[in-house]
Amino acid sequence: MTLDPKAFPQAARSALNDPLLRPALGRLKTHFGAGRAMAVQRYGDFESLRDAGKAIRDYAVTHLDELLVTFEQAVNARGGTVHWARDAAEARRLILGILQDAGAKTVTKGKSMVTEEIALNPFLEANGIEPVETDLGEYIIQLRGEPPSHIIAPAFHLSKEQVAETFFARHTALDPKRSLEERNALVQEARAVLRQRFEAADAGITGANFLSAKEGAAVIVTNEGNGDLTRLLPKTHIVVTGIEKVVADMNDVAVLVRLLPRSATGQPISTYVSVMAGRRGEGESDGPRDFHVVLVDNGRSKLIGTEAQDVLRCIRCSACINHCPVYGAVGGHAYGATYMGPIGAALNPGMMGVAEAAHHANASTFCGRCAEVCPVKIPLPKIMRHWRAVEHASGLAPKAITRGLALWAFAAKRPALYRFGASIAARLLRMMGRGGAVRAVPVKNGWFAVRDFPVPEGKTFMAQWKARR
Amino acid sequence: MSERPRVGLFVTCLVDLVRPQIGFAAVKLLEQAGCEVAVPATQTCCGQPAWNAGADSDAKDIARAAIAAFEGFDYVVAPSGSCAGMIKRHYPEVFETDAEWLPRARALAQKTHELMSFLVKVRGVTGVPAGFAHKVCYHDSCSSLREMGVKAEPRALLGTVEGLSIEEIKDPQGCCGFGGLFSVKYPEISERMADDKIADACGTGADTLIGGDLGCLLHLAGRMKRQGKTMAVRHAAEVLADMGGEKALGEP
Repeated sequence: MTLDPKAFPQAARSALNDPLLRPALGRLKTHFGAGRAMAVQRYGDFESLRDAGKAIRDYAVTHLDELLVTFEQAVNARGGTVHWARDAAEARRLILGILQDAGAKTVTKGKSMVTEEIALNPFLEANGIEPVETDLGEYIIQLRGEPPSHIIAPAFHLSKEQVAETFFARHTALDPKRSLEERNALVQEARAVLRQRFEAADAGITGANFLSAKEGAAVIVTNEGNGDLTRLLPKTHIVVTGIEKVVADMNDVAVLVRLLPRSATGQPISTYVSVMAGRRGEGESDGPRDFHVVLVDNGRSKLIGTEAQDVLRCIRCSACINHCPVYGAVGGHAYGATYMGPIGAALNPGMMGVAEAAHHANASTFCGRCAEVCPVKIPLPKIMRHWRAVEHASGLAPKAITRGLALWAFAAKRPALYRFGASIAARLLRMMGRGGAVRAVPVKNGWFAVRDFPVPEGKTFMAQWKARR
Repeated sequence: MSERPRVGLFVTCLVDLVRPQIGFAAVKLLEQAGCEVAVPATQTCCGQPAWNAGADSDAKDIARAAIAAFEGFDYVVAPSGSCAGMIKRHYPEVFETDAEWLPRARALAQKTHELMSFLVKVRGVTGVPAGFAHKVCYHDSCSSLREMGVKAEPRALLGTVEGLSIEEIKDPQGCCGFGGLFSVKYPEISERMADDKIADACGTGADTLIGGDLGCLLHLAGRMKRQGKTMAVRHAAEVLADMGGEKALGEP
């Protein structure tokens, strides 16, 4: 499956016609939406927690330079190494270099959206290194050769029957007559297969939910424990994450760890919170012998000081995605990008360019649910609108829309002309109406593709008002 | 401020074009609430279509004209959370970096209200002399709900209409898929969102869907019309002003 954000309308259309996707997306509200609502209610003053989270992330975004240097020094002090990647290609090269130095042939991976963003897996495969995803959802989609459709639930688009089919097709060494009807059977099978992969891995790659500058620690929240097996068993551990994930210290992390799972899955805390601070110490019996952190910029730093800066506060909880009615209709793959839904719409045009990701910013009703649930109060619709303004100013917006808009705006600035135009429009629509509604117009128009237009009552309000008073 | 506050009615471009009776209903309700209502003749639109499309320069021009037309009133009231929200929440953003117009935009924003919340919160209206013997469901527009904080007011007022009973729609916070130009740019996604909302509305067993924003209502009524559904769609102001006997949106 290739990722093409420009093909959003076509991809959305086929997603809308996919009968298997609908029931999967129906679970968004029942799983995540209801879960978050319950968690927020149980917490009490969640609003203050959001304000605290916003302040912590704002501080981080505006002090990235200092915090990242502090982080690097702290990692070095524990014998780890920090690598800086300006873009995806540099990140891939750095990671490959570390793995080659370690003589790694297979590498286990905890879930990491940044490694999706930099398209690491195909690059490693092309260079003779086998990446094995160990998060259950991520493992399933790796077997299927698909990208994640959701940032925390990568296989959210699949039913358990589809997962069973995938396992039958790919776990060919197992008894083809085994039963995979129960959800638990799927989990047990994945566990057994993955256990062997954990033990055989030469290196482990995880992402990071947060980096704590003062302690030089990376923190991940997981529910399956695969993150710990990925980072602790192999000789070499590589953390791959974005530069914006850093915060001042573990006190800040503690606040964010309260916000993240509640906003994401509705859990008060995830099953595991792993603090990863360097390699195995003197006299310690476990942990990796080499610890590397690859910090990826890839378009992030250029957002600082722009109207999109607030998007860098994001802690990738997926609350905006879970509450987005557009995502709820078309799912994640339609976006053709690593980050989907409202966060994708605010982030992708900045990282990929507006020409590439304009649809993401446009495919929103500005209903405002995303901003309402965002744990760090990112004004997501405002940032999407900013990208629309950039698109408009650069002449990239579709001509049919901009021409219509310009014509309308020309009239809207001239009340007398506008009055005249409105009365003509009202009369025309009435003439075209049949049985109370206009069914079609002679030109191609998205409105009439799916709905009728109720006929105007008669004369415009302004005309009637003038006549009455 | 005089005993009778002077209210500038922001008619909204959709009410002007499609459904003038919502405007007359708003005038009636405001006058019943002791207001002196004026309709500035230079008004056209709030500029939201331009602003949401990123056509900032057009949005600014249109907003400046609206500010000039309405800043002399004690209050500005619109029978729409979306248009009122544009003025209240977004005009200050439109002029964020404009030292001359920002204070004027803010001043206008401060006195701009959605009709029903104005009646209840500012004018203290607790009931209306109206009758509408129907089981209805109420559709909250996203802008009324989230930008203007309007939720209880329409329900409180509709609750005093004789014969009317309200059933709550499942997932009342969910968007109906209108979204202005979104409905034209991404019709199929908009259609799915509309169909989900319509299914929820029909699930209430109500015979009429009432809302406070004509944009959503045209979209939902137009979609139901296409599907051959018979649920009537009306603006709340009409019902509150005892004009519920007129034809519903799209009724032959």
